[in-house]
Amino acid sequence: MVLRQIRRQRYMMNFETVIGLEIHAQLKTRTKIFCGCALSFGDPPNSHTCPVCLGMPGVLPVLNKKVVEYAIKMGLATNSQINRFNQFARKNYFYPDLPKGYQTSQFDLPIVEHGSVEIDVDGSKKTIGITRMHMEEDAGKLIHDEREPLSYVDLNRTGTPLLEIVSEPDLRSPQEAYAYLKKIHAILRYLDICDGNMQEGSFRCDANISLRPVGQEEFGIRTELKNMNSFRNVQNALEYEVRRQRDLLLDGETIIQETLLWNPDSNRTESMRGKEDAHDYRYFPCPDLVPVEIDEAWIDAIRKTLPELPDERKNRFIEEYNLPEYDAVILTGSRELADYFETAARLCANAKKVSNWIMTELLRELKGEDISGCKVAPEQLGELIAMVEKGTISGKIAKTVFIDMMATGKDPAVIVKEKNLVQVSDEGELQAMVEEIVAANPDQAEQFRQGKTKVMGFFVGQLMKKTKGKANPKMANELFVRTLTE
Amino acid sequence: MKISRQEVEHVAHLARLNLSEDDLVKMTGQLDEILNYVAKLEELDTTDIEPTTHAFSVKNAYRDDIAQESLTQEESLRNCAVRNNEAFIVPRIL
Repeated sequence: MVLRQIRRQRYMMNFETVIGLEIHAQLKTRTKIFCGCALSFGDPPNSHTCPVCLGMPGVLPVLNKKVVEYAIKMGLATNSQINRFNQFARKNYFYPDLPKGYQTSQFDLPIVEHGSVEIDVDGSKKTIGITRMHMEEDAGKLIHDEREPLSYVDLNRTGTPLLEIVSEPDLRSPQEAYAYLKKIHAILRYLDICDGNMQEGSFRCDANISLRPVGQEEFGIRTELKNMNSFRNVQNALEYEVRRQRDLLLDGETIIQETLLWNPDSNRTESMRGKEDAHDYRYFPCPDLVPVEIDEAWIDAIRKTLPELPDERKNRFIEEYNLPEYDAVILTGSRELADYFETAARLCANAKKVSNWIMTELLRELKGEDISGCKVAPEQLGELIAMVEKGTISGKIAKTVFIDMMATGKDPAVIVKEKNLVQVSDEGELQAMVEEIVAANPDQAEQFRQGKTKVMGFFVGQLMKKTKGKANPKMANELFVRTLTE
Repeated sequence: MKISRQEVEHVAHLARLNLSEDDLVKMTGQLDEILNYVAKLEELDTTDIEPTTHAFSVKNAYRDDIAQESLTQEESLRNCAVRNNEAFIVPRIL
């Protein structure tokens, strides 16, 4: 038993993880990819359908030009090749959420290929390849009956434009996969072509993962993970799967190539148990949709509309605000957070202070919630930090004021006034108290005079107690030193 | 033979068709004839012909991203055999 554990530990170090991600991003168009039905989330079932997206016979789909534009945008933002000639194909399979019996997708001629993004894990940079991106339509939604073996089909989502983004198997750890997913998400959000909401399913991710002995060239047998509907879940599921596969391999067993579902309640991946048929999609070019041919003029026009992207913004933050790279990476990780920082920093001279506040206090109090729902406006945070800078309130008091702001959304000045938290910086007022404290504690005063400067903490503490934490700490120190050494 | 019985069984399964023994034999024969007929095209010399997937040379047929009216719920569901007021109802798969 012990021997086996030792042996395990020795071998453990010798596996390399190989991960590739398939991301489905719902594109933020007004209408569906092949018909004029409006896109909606949460509207009554089957209220946004028409003969085209219902899959009626004899209808003709027509491609939404915006979808092509968005795909080109994403391609340009990821240093990819835009395929000047591309076309749609039919992927044939039966499922109740797919009324036509095939999904219109792209196969051998996708719109985008050979791209890359740079990720940053623990300070080291790595380039992750993007194999391809293609345009396709989403399927409908099935709602399962809780008691009877029935499902209710809602086809509102049918025909929602998706951009599928397939990475190279370049990712070597769940951490790298997480960083890559975040980067793709950030770029889509910066371009504003996808909502990026993983809970609502507008940004979805499947993963292929395998292990191989270090030094081995060929990949091990992979499993495919599905149903990971948050960034955290993606990392957790991959970490679990690394452990599971490693244990199997160490026991001399073989990995079964299969699709696994992540169960966030039990924190395990679970087999779909043969529910899946052998895939045989019989792709063929879609005769209803004519090929897409993209000219240089269109690409150039789209290139001119590209906004500042996460990497560019990160570099600007480092230069313009003098921030450490670590701060800049986190702040520019989401467009909203970066905007928040810049708005707050405009009201306060010390950008690094603003960054510290956002990365510690704000992100902690948000508890993973989105910044867009934050009660504290960036202007209010900037104002609060400015109050500390000006000495109106102490840094310590500011933190309690901030908690109040998060709960109520009130202006910092209002809270400070209501709760009477203005820092006492009146020298005369403080001096009187300092003298009182020194007189009441002759022993400590003597210790200080003999060189035990540590008791300064005691004295300042007494003053803070008297003023309920409102004494200006810098002034308190100076007054005590002066009084004690007189 | 251009197609085997196993292939016909496989394709039938993919199309969710239950073929009887007689049907299987018949279909295999008919599909074989069709494939042989189409295979005649292979006799043509296509060395200098660019591959094409569409009969016309039309490209880039787009629509603008402007919403049009959808069908009503009732119209959408009208042709469905099993339904309620808002959804199509199917046997549960998963």
